[in-house]
Amino acid sequence: MLEIKDLHAKIGDKEILKGINLTINEGETHAIMGPNGSGKSTLSAVLVGNPLYEVTAGEALFHGKNLLEMNPEDRAHEGLFLSFQYPVEIPGVSMTNFMRAAINEKRKYEGKEPLNAADFLKLMREKRKIVELDSKLSNRSVNEGFSGGEKKRNEIFQMAMLEPKLAILDETDSGLDVDALRTVAEGVNKLKTPETSCIVITHYERLLEIIKPDVIHVLYKGRIVKTAGPELAKEIEKRGYDWIKAELGE
Amino acid sequence: MHSEKQYIELYEECRGMIKKHSSEVMNTLRDRAFDDFRRMGFPSKKTERYKYTDIDKLFEPNYGLNLKRLDIPVNPYEAFRCDVPNLSTSLYFVVNDAFYTKATPKTHLPEGVIIGSLKTEAEKNPELIAKYYGKLARTEEDAITALNTMLAQDGLLVYVPKNVIVDRAVQVINILRSDVDLMANRRVLIIVEDGAEIKLLFCDHAADDRNFLTTQVIEAYVGNNAGLELYCLEETHAKNVRVSNLFISQESDSRVNHNVITLHNGVTRNRTDLVFNGEGGECSLCGCVIADKNQHVDNNTLIDHKVGHCNSHELYKYVLDDKSTGAFAGRILVRKDAQKTTSYETNQNICVTKEARMYTQPMLEIYADDVKCAHGSTVGQLNDAALFYMRQRGISDKEAKLLLESAFINEVIDRMQLEPLRDRLHHLVEKRFRGELSKCEGCKLCK
Repeated sequence: MLEIKDLHAKIGDKEILKGINLTINEGETHAIMGPNGSGKSTLSAVLVGNPLYEVTAGEALFHGKNLLEMNPEDRAHEGLFLSFQYPVEIPGVSMTNFMRAAINEKRKYEGKEPLNAADFLKLMREKRKIVELDSKLSNRSVNEGFSGGEKKRNEIFQMAMLEPKLAILDETDSGLDVDALRTVAEGVNKLKTPETSCIVITHYERLLEIIKPDVIHVLYKGRIVKTAGPELAKEIEKRGYDWIKAELGE
Repeated sequence: MHSEKQYIELYEECRGMIKKHSSEVMNTLRDRAFDDFRRMGFPSKKTERYKYTDIDKLFEPNYGLNLKRLDIPVNPYEAFRCDVPNLSTSLYFVVNDAFYTKATPKTHLPEGVIIGSLKTEAEKNPELIAKYYGKLARTEEDAITALNTMLAQDGLLVYVPKNVIVDRAVQVINILRSDVDLMANRRVLIIVEDGAEIKLLFCDHAADDRNFLTTQVIEAYVGNNAGLELYCLEETHAKNVRVSNLFISQESDSRVNHNVITLHNGVTRNRTDLVFNGEGGECSLCGCVIADKNQHVDNNTLIDHKVGHCNSHELYKYVLDDKSTGAFAGRILVRKDAQKTTSYETNQNICVTKEARMYTQPMLEIYADDVKCAHGSTVGQLNDAALFYMRQRGISDKEAKLLLESAFINEVIDRMQLEPLRDRLHHLVEKRFRGELSKCEGCKLCK
């Protein structure tokens, strides 16, 4: 599904990704862990086409198509979704209008007619249940005045609406209490199908106890330095990253 | 440049004709206005309240004037498709500066209410008009007011007698219609007596692809415990120049809601002066501007808290694209005895391009010592983080910008009390941002 080869990227003059290689197949869940500042969020930002970052070398193929040549909206239409670490507040744009625009642009890309108002609202109602999102929030402006937990739930709600093929969850667990974490993580599990894949960026093992990854990668200084099975998360939780750095000779 | 010369000569030459085709009450002030105008000339950009708009240059071209009051053939119902169609209003037309009498609207105004030609009404009710005409719009202190007073021959009277409440909104469509370049001098007098209420919507449109220059002076008197909602919507074209002076006075416990919306224009200068004469008054002055290409919009306001216990709110928002320029100068004056005044003034602006320019000047001048006042202004760009967030959800760059711009303007529109107008404006604003209102939608040219 996703094939990343020798990906380099920088922000300003600072090189952050220094040769990422990663292959994700249909149905797989990969977790990416690593110390702060190692490039995890940069990787997700580059994949979804954030204009702040510049790709200097390498390639990323999504279903065989060159992802890096597409604009952000087409990457989304192709089935790529990012749950933002810091969801953006958009005053004055209601959740309903925002979601309707997103859904209908996707349908347009797929050559489908826009959803009528009744069907759209029905869809909103159904998907809201997945993350137990309060119905009042859909009349409010996007993320404006939402609590930390509500913002993250709202990200997963949008994921449910857009049904991506590959979802990247960038620290979706940060700032969540235990109950909210469970709701959000279980929401992600409900959306999982044998055809969809997921990249989970996290610092904590507890999220990975619910969203069970197939593979865990450790990203350090812009490279993937270790790849192992789910047991790696527990080890990191217990021992931190120093032993991995030691293995690298640092 | 001294553009006033041609107007001085015009008046000296045509004084008789101008007076002959107007009313006695309006003529009374004409010569004095002329003296004031000749003495002052057009304001230069060094004049404080005209810093941002080059008035002299706007009045330089040679426009035709319809001083003989020739009938200009027009059927407003045919020529004009109204942009606020679902609004159930009592509908009237003013063609250039003349009240259109041929279409008798099927309206049932409450008894005593007058909506009609200022000239005709001034002939019928000279005492009523003389009591108010030119009392707020003082010719000695503003050249545009002086010019309008010396040249205006007709216009509109809105009169709501004591304790009469006009439920249905009154819509007046100002149509600019001419086969040659035209200057129109429109005069409007609004009298809302004690305890009376009216909702007025003025829509400015240009029906011909000509150069138009309009001066307009509106005087609005709002009595004790009276209410006035006044919406001014401009949807003209790039060749239109509008210079409008609005003067409002409020007596005790009166309420004024004024909204000025510039959707499409050439050069627009709106001056709004409001004075509280009695305690307990409340006013809200709001404005929104959407400009692109080389359009220019200048809103200049003064709220004079002469007495205490009054509240004023001001919110103006601009979205400027391409090489357009905007200006907002808002002065709030709280006089020494105006204790317990509350006043908030906000001006927020988005410059979409690097070439767009916004000049903003909020001003608070407080001489009382027990007041609550705040003012502020911002100029910025669209939020890049929000744009990217929307694009990640599959919303195109163009659509995302449109959603953000509309949301920004909607804050002003959502404050309007006239619900059908609000709905209609949401729609019009969106169309405007989509570039589907590149010409005046109401005019027959674009049908």
